[in-house]
Amino acid sequence: MTNFFKSFSTWIIVAFIAAILPLIFDSSFALTLLSKMGVLIIFTVAYNMLLGQGGMLSFGHAIYFGLAGYASIHILNGIGEETLPYFPTVLFPFIGAVVGLFFGSLVGYVSTRRAGTAFAMISLGFCEMVTAMTLIFVIFFNGEDGIQTDRMVGPEPFGITFGPQIEIYYLILFWCLVAVALMYIITKTPFGRMSNAVRDNPERAAFIGYNVRRVRWQAFALSSMFAGAAGSLHALNYEHIGFESVSIVQSGAVLFMAFIGGAGHFLGPIVGAIGLTYLDSTLADVTEAWLLYLGLTFSGIVMFAPGGLAGLIVMHGPIARTDKKLLISLIKPYFLAISSVVTGLIGLIGIIEMLYFRSLISKGEGEVVIFWTEFNANGIMSWLIFITLILVGIFLSKKTFPMAKESWDHAISVVKTEISNE
Amino acid sequence: MLSSGLTLIFGMMGVLNFAHASFFMLGAYFAYQISKYIGFIPALFIAPLIIAFCGAMVEKYALRRVHKFGHVAELLFTFGLFYIIEELVQMIWGKVPVGYHVPEYMDFTLFSMSGMGYQAYAMFTLVVSVAMFIVLFSVLTKTRAGLIIQAALTHPEIVSSLGHNVPRVFMLVFGLGCALAGLAGVLAGNTLGTEPSMALSLGPIVFVVIVVGGLGSLKGALVASILIGIVQTSAISLDYSINNFIEFIGFNVDIESLWRILIDLTISQIAPILPYLLLVLMLIFRPRGLFGNRDV
Repeated sequence: MTNFFKSFSTWIIVAFIAAILPLIFDSSFALTLLSKMGVLIIFTVAYNMLLGQGGMLSFGHAIYFGLAGYASIHILNGIGEETLPYFPTVLFPFIGAVVGLFFGSLVGYVSTRRAGTAFAMISLGFCEMVTAMTLIFVIFFNGEDGIQTDRMVGPEPFGITFGPQIEIYYLILFWCLVAVALMYIITKTPFGRMSNAVRDNPERAAFIGYNVRRVRWQAFALSSMFAGAAGSLHALNYEHIGFESVSIVQSGAVLFMAFIGGAGHFLGPIVGAIGLTYLDSTLADVTEAWLLYLGLTFSGIVMFAPGGLAGLIVMHGPIARTDKKLLISLIKPYFLAISSVVTGLIGLIGIIEMLYFRSLISKGEGEVVIFWTEFNANGIMSWLIFITLILVGIFLSKKTFPMAKESWDHAISVVKTEISNE
Repeated sequence: MLSSGLTLIFGMMGVLNFAHASFFMLGAYFAYQISKYIGFIPALFIAPLIIAFCGAMVEKYALRRVHKFGHVAELLFTFGLFYIIEELVQMIWGKVPVGYHVPEYMDFTLFSMSGMGYQAYAMFTLVVSVAMFIVLFSVLTKTRAGLIIQAALTHPEIVSSLGHNVPRVFMLVFGLGCALAGLAGVLAGNTLGTEPSMALSLGPIVFVVIVVGGLGSLKGALVASILIGIVQTSAISLDYSINNFIEFIGFNVDIESLWRILIDLTISQIAPILPYLLLVLMLIFRPRGLFGNRDV
């Protein structure tokens, strides 16, 4: 019983914090950002059902997100013009879920024959096909402009019109919690376990009598269903949907979020969705090179930490369980290693920013603001400073990384002896 | 040409290179830069060489590290690379298209056949591509080096125990594949337009070519790329719709509904989705592609 309460208490605490967040950050910017995060959390966790749980890398998951969004907007408009019967706004994610499930089952039937790279290619082909369709079937998609709607339709139960952003935020929050909880439960069911088995060893899974393709297909359809629900909420949130929401851009964004956060862990995508959405809306105004940094981070994560951020944290779980002092002993070498990397990164960022500045602004002006400091992008001094920083960073990393590695190996060996002693 | 480079990498190494179209784009940009200072003909040789070097470096320092995490990780890495290259190109050459033009001495009509003029440059591109393809095909299947490459990819352990440096073979193959993409970029950049979004617009088509042609089949890539080229260009010039067809048979349909739009769509309007439609049909009816020897 206590265990039950313990596992529930986390959910309740998270729900409580999320519920009071808009009271603390009450600017309209923060509210829009929070709503966006909620939508993207559902989408990313749904995507991770495919990538992390099922081992299928999809470049076209935005199809279900976007199509559900389009469908929701058409239905909203239909209700507004009274050509369609009233449907409560609160239950709109169900519409999205049905749309997502339908298209997901359809596409999944063709594409889940194989996992891995072949699946990825096919998903990309589908994504491009749907994107091209949005520009052709103008009557439904309205080309590059997308379609608008007004979410305030029908009767207003308890005076809730869903006009103000705050009401939409609570709607999104509610569905976000429900969807994430459902997806969490799915990972614990026999089906979720089977999905993992098919990811890790399809031959053996087939051998013990499971239809591998069927398991993949079901995972694909379920994941599309939740993606569709997220798409509905996205449409409600913005009252607009455009062709970019079905395109490779959206699919790539969700892949970045899931993978940088950590595909192997259930919490990873949530971390990724929150972090990247925040950075996306704040950094995109500050720097032109935001996408470059994103690409570099992503490639770096693929190369050095395939578990993502969550994977890095989970890696330290056994050490923390064995002895807290061991974990504390790791802090110093980690701090040294990280600060030397940061030194190099500051240099790199400086160079990138100045290059961007030079390619964008006419030659006459030279003052560029990097890290709240003004630098002259044409002067040799500022270039020298940043290049020195990079070199110092590389030099220090060469020194500190073996140290960090050594302490890590030491900590792990202690853990191992500890376990074998027990 | 572009797809033959990708097939080479994919078919040979099993690495699916998402950033392949990015190397194509880099080829076009390098060619622009080089032809601005030296001329077009040197650019034709230098640009692919630089691209090959870049590709080899990418393989050596990044892909090799990712390789142990499996093919999906490699694909993911190249997806990140795709973003990086696009942003770098924007950073260096700006967001607007650069003026990379067909060299003047090839900008004339070579001959006309049935009323259609054939540009000298188009013929030149064709000749170079075909020559490249023949060379590639014969090197891979007929020479000793080609045999070593093929063997290294199927049985790496045995080949390395025979004294060949397998990682280096991989690096060279990857570089060669990138060089082919770069060469294609040099040739096509001036007619297609050299801009940062060209990789994104071209990339997916290449994947379609690979799947339709059959995974890992060089011959399939050639046939499929010609097929898709023909389908796309001829579809654009065909201004017929289902409605025209129905009227042609002798009926006159008068529907006032959503379906009206469907039957009024002309073939030229749906040209952009035809390759993908082909992909879907291919997957349903012949999952191994035209010349593939394994299912998708």
